Amino acid sequence: MEPGAAPQPNSTVLDSKVPDGPIADLWENHKFSMNLVNPSNKRKFEVIVVGTGLAGASAAATLGELGYRVKAFTFHDSPRRAHSIAAQGGINAAKNYPNDGDSVHRLFYDTVKGGDYRSREANVHRLAEVSVNIIDQATAQGVPFARDYGGLLDNRSFGGAQVSRTFYARGQTGQQLLLGAYSALMRQVAAGTVELHNRSELLDVVLKDGRACGIVTRDLVSGEVTPHSAHAVVLATGGYGNVYFLSTNAMMCNVTAAWRAHRRGALFANPCYTQIHPTCIPASDDFQSKLTLMSESLRNDGRIWVPSGAGDARSAADIPEAERDYYLERKYPAFGNLVPRDVASRNAKTVVDAGHGVGPLNNGVFLDFAVAIERDGHDAIAARYGNLFDMYQRITGENPYTSPMRIYPASHYTMGGLWVDYHLMTNVPGLYAVGEANFSDHGANRLGASALMQGLADGYFVLPYTIGDDLAGLLGDPVVPTNDPVFTAAVAGVEDETSRWLSTNGSRSVDHFHRELGRIVWDNIGMARTETGLRSALSDIPALRDEFHNDVRVLGSADTLNQSLEKAGRVADFFDLAELMARDALEREESCGGHFREEHQTAEGEAQRDDDNFSHVAAWEWNGSDTPQTRHIEELTFDNVALSQRSYK
Amino acid sequence: MAQSTRERYRVDPVRTRRRAWPFPLNIYQSAVGRKWVMALTGIGLVGFALIHMVGNLHVYEGPARMYEYAETLRTIGGGLVPKSFVLWLMRLGLTGMFALHLHAAITLKDMSRHSSDDAGLMSGAKKYAGGRDHIAATYASRTMRWTGPIIALYLLFHLADLTWGWWLGPDFVRGDPYHNVATSLSSLPVAILYVVANVALALHIFHGAWSIFQSLGINNPRYNHLRRALAAGIAGLILIGNLSFPILAQTGLISEDNRACPVNDSDGLVCLAEEAEGH
Amino acid sequence: MSDIISVTVKVWRQDGPDSSGGFETHPQQISTDASFLEMLDLLNEQLNDRGEEPIVFESDCREGICGTCGVMINGRAHGPQKATATCQLHMREFADGDEIVIEPFRAAGFPVIRDLAVDRSPLDHIIESGGYISVGSGAAPDANLTPVPRDAAEQAFDAAACIGCGACVAACPNSAAQLFTSAKVGHMALLPQGQPERWSRTESMVEVMESYFGSCTNHGECHEACPKEISLDFIAYLNRDYVKAKVKNRALSGQR
Repeated sequence: MEPGAAPQPNSTVLDSKVPDGPIADLWENHKFSMNLVNPSNKRKFEVIVVGTGLAGASAAATLGELGYRVKAFTFHDSPRRAHSIAAQGGINAAKNYPNDGDSVHRLFYDTVKGGDYRSREANVHRLAEVSVNIIDQATAQGVPFARDYGGLLDNRSFGGAQVSRTFYARGQTGQQLLLGAYSALMRQVAAGTVELHNRSELLDVVLKDGRACGIVTRDLVSGEVTPHSAHAVVLATGGYGNVYFLSTNAMMCNVTAAWRAHRRGALFANPCYTQIHPTCIPASDDFQSKLTLMSESLRNDGRIWVPSGAGDARSAADIPEAERDYYLERKYPAFGNLVPRDVASRNAKTVVDAGHGVGPLNNGVFLDFAVAIERDGHDAIAARYGNLFDMYQRITGENPYTSPMRIYPASHYTMGGLWVDYHLMTNVPGLYAVGEANFSDHGANRLGASALMQGLADGYFVLPYTIGDDLAGLLGDPVVPTNDPVFTAAVAGVEDETSRWLSTNGSRSVDHFHRELGRIVWDNIGMARTETGLRSALSDIPALRDEFHNDVRVLGSADTLNQSLEKAGRVADFFDLAELMARDALEREESCGGHFREEHQTAEGEAQRDDDNFSHVAAWEWNGSDTPQTRHIEELTFDNVALSQRSYK
Repeated sequence: MAQSTRERYRVDPVRTRRRAWPFPLNIYQSAVGRKWVMALTGIGLVGFALIHMVGNLHVYEGPARMYEYAETLRTIGGGLVPKSFVLWLMRLGLTGMFALHLHAAITLKDMSRHSSDDAGLMSGAKKYAGGRDHIAATYASRTMRWTGPIIALYLLFHLADLTWGWWLGPDFVRGDPYHNVATSLSSLPVAILYVVANVALALHIFHGAWSIFQSLGINNPRYNHLRRALAAGIAGLILIGNLSFPILAQTGLISEDNRACPVNDSDGLVCLAEEAEGH
Repeated sequence: MSDIISVTVKVWRQDGPDSSGGFETHPQQISTDASFLEMLDLLNEQLNDRGEEPIVFESDCREGICGTCGVMINGRAHGPQKATATCQLHMREFADGDEIVIEPFRAAGFPVIRDLAVDRSPLDHIIESGGYISVGSGAAPDANLTPVPRDAAEQAFDAAACIGCGACVAACPNSAAQLFTSAKVGHMALLPQGQPERWSRTESMVEVMESYFGSCTNHGECHEACPKEISLDFIAYLNRDYVKAKVKNRALSGQR
């Protein structure tokens, strides 16, 4: 089908299964109306949880505590390595400890607005409700949140929020929360309720009679391909930011689990919603492996500028004040350097594309602290940003106290993911997605300090309730035995795939193709998208994919730790995903949040939504490798938040 | 099937625990407990080394004072207990501490060897084929396992030399320590042996005394910097004191030239006792 | 400013846990702006192009927080730069003409899986034996119910900053895991939430630790190798708490 054409005939409107009623009571009432599993019956159910980040570890631990028999899978050597660990800023919760007017409703409101009105109200409200429990839970686990001098928890304002609702643990909030969830998980491992499978990568999801009944994993050390069956499968496998190759995601982050579920029938929602974080350290070389995020808080004191003249190669110190363009301050007098992430990112791209980029590769903008240092003194700035400055110096070898930092946006988070209903269940019965892996509660743009909140909300306080409602109906049903034909076929499929990679015998490495793919995706499905760019991506991606499948060189064997082999499968899935991203971006003829279509902007160059035609979730159905996916929609209604246009002038 | 994969790649414990001994012996079953025992016996042994060194300084006051000092040690406890009873108690205690210190050291070393030297393919070889670049570990800390045995061997020699008199043979006069020391240390090889052993002792104490604080958990960030200084001070004191004996014996400061009493175990000792009395 | 330097990489290659290994030498030209692991990435790309299997080494976040990476570089765990994990080490720390010797983190408790990748699962077993506070989801009281003195919380954080990379074990001449274990024990023992299980936790974690790793002889190498600069004070704290735990009357669990 030609992208951008009229909706396909078999496209359906999805049912999110949100119960009726006033939004403030929805979740409370629904908890009562859901079916329960008797405590002594819980042990009769087996649940597979894939991924052990915030969402996965908290879900596996909680399900284990409840008495379910859980199998947790991570492809890392230890659950504690999950990329949740790298989150810096903090976690939001509507505790209102600072007494500054925060409430569940305000957090709900801010999140829906921040997501540019593309999220599901009922989910976001529930998220705001349970946010307070997360802080209690984490504190009780020993998470060392920042405290004030009275020994009580400290809060800060984050990402331009008007209330201080962000709890933080130095710049390592994600690490500390993950270690909390990890310790809860390890406690259940010791108790025998959770069986932990490390270094095991999901390579297929298995369905029987339309219901998820298990998974197939490959042991990354021995290469053994193993089927695992269960009554329910939970995917907590994170986001797909690495489709850009260069991103702030960890090296191993990938879309494979979600994508293999998609190929088995789970709908993939809003793939074009990706978040590009404005303050990252620019790439320094062609072989750069990843980008490093610097806390957004730097924009509180740093001034962003580029040389007024294009192609100006002088060092920052040699450029007189009159020849500097403080473009954010110039274009947005009210917000200046503190405009939201998407606006800051897009403007950086604009000036760099126009030839004003700085640094050896002309791929950054300056973030200058000279004025702040002169005003507040070196020591004050060092106290505020000392470790960030040190980190910058360690990576670039430049001293940000004496010369301006260079920054550039980078892929950071993906709001899209597997489509789930109010129960966090995908359209495939028995298959759930939690955390960044689902299309989530963030709409088209995620607010700072909300990712940790969502992952833990899903794992600790939502999924453990909703999964019982579904499992209760299965009481007495045994799991599908792993010698069932559906499993043997899936195992054979995975084994075929690995041997195919090893026998391709091409000439270029997996990384080479990934880097090339990343370039296409970044250039065309990055911060600003155009119809032309998206169409060219739609022809370039399949061409490169064919080359990849025919010319990739994966050496070694399947029965040992073989990192190229692991990556080959992941990059193959990125190719398919990238194509879908382009289609999704092309079909969404509007700009919203992280999705900016140049054709759809206000006179001032801001994102222009089209609420009449696109106030919906786009969820794509896989129709086989050779047939385009089908675009289904879920209508979004806003009964509790009034839609408005953002402005930062 | 899933289980078998995991089992195949499970890292086996290096050692399995035996049945728990009754309290408080069970503390000694753990390495941490053993380190406590090493630290506590270490305190006793360092204390002994320090007092022994200080007591020996009497040698610089001449044969009579040295004789008196030795006599005093034998008569600790006064008339309450038989002569030398307390001294023997102390010797017993010291021997016990040595034995425990040694046993703990040997078994802990064995444990580390299993956990370290047998790492992967480096069995029996160094932990790293490409070599190590130590940063914090001092020469003293890395040579504990050599200085320890050196001290133990030296101790045996020292006892044989100046307590049992096996080394000096007929020259040994029981009860006349000044004579024995002067005679023994006047031999250059013996003096060199004493110097080497005492350097080893000082190195051992330099790391050991600091280590005591860590092993017992006596730490306070406010005073931690003093722990190194204290260890260095104690080691230094013992080193200077103990080295002075062989060196000064060689230079002739400790010699029998200006001795009033004869050297033999009947008249000589009576004469020394009288001289000490008259002092 | 970036320069191109020539180095000689002498790297440990080993096919599997049971095979014997040895060093392999590769010359490498690299920009000083590259990170150490990017230098290995590039080498791997070249090996792959030549039809040789790439060197297996582990890394993930490359921001020094996940603890996945870690190799011995010229005899030092995580290489020459202090308080820096391997992934954050950059080639500007090396000079033109340097020989760089790369070995896996070694200990009997860390068997080599392949090349530079080792199995650090015993660290998970230590946590499993008690490195948690037993609070089920939903059972927690309000977070501000228990104030925690700021200094105690800060110090607990200093311990909790451990990334579980295993450099302490690798750097330790005895292959002891004291710093890792004491960081978790210290983190929890310093917080009021950790008190109810303080003594049983210390005992069981030490005992599992000792079944895999060597005995601490207070060299202090672990602290120097630690990318998060965890203090040796926590080891002292662990040693004290362990014997206390043995001596204490558990019925009076409140006693300090």
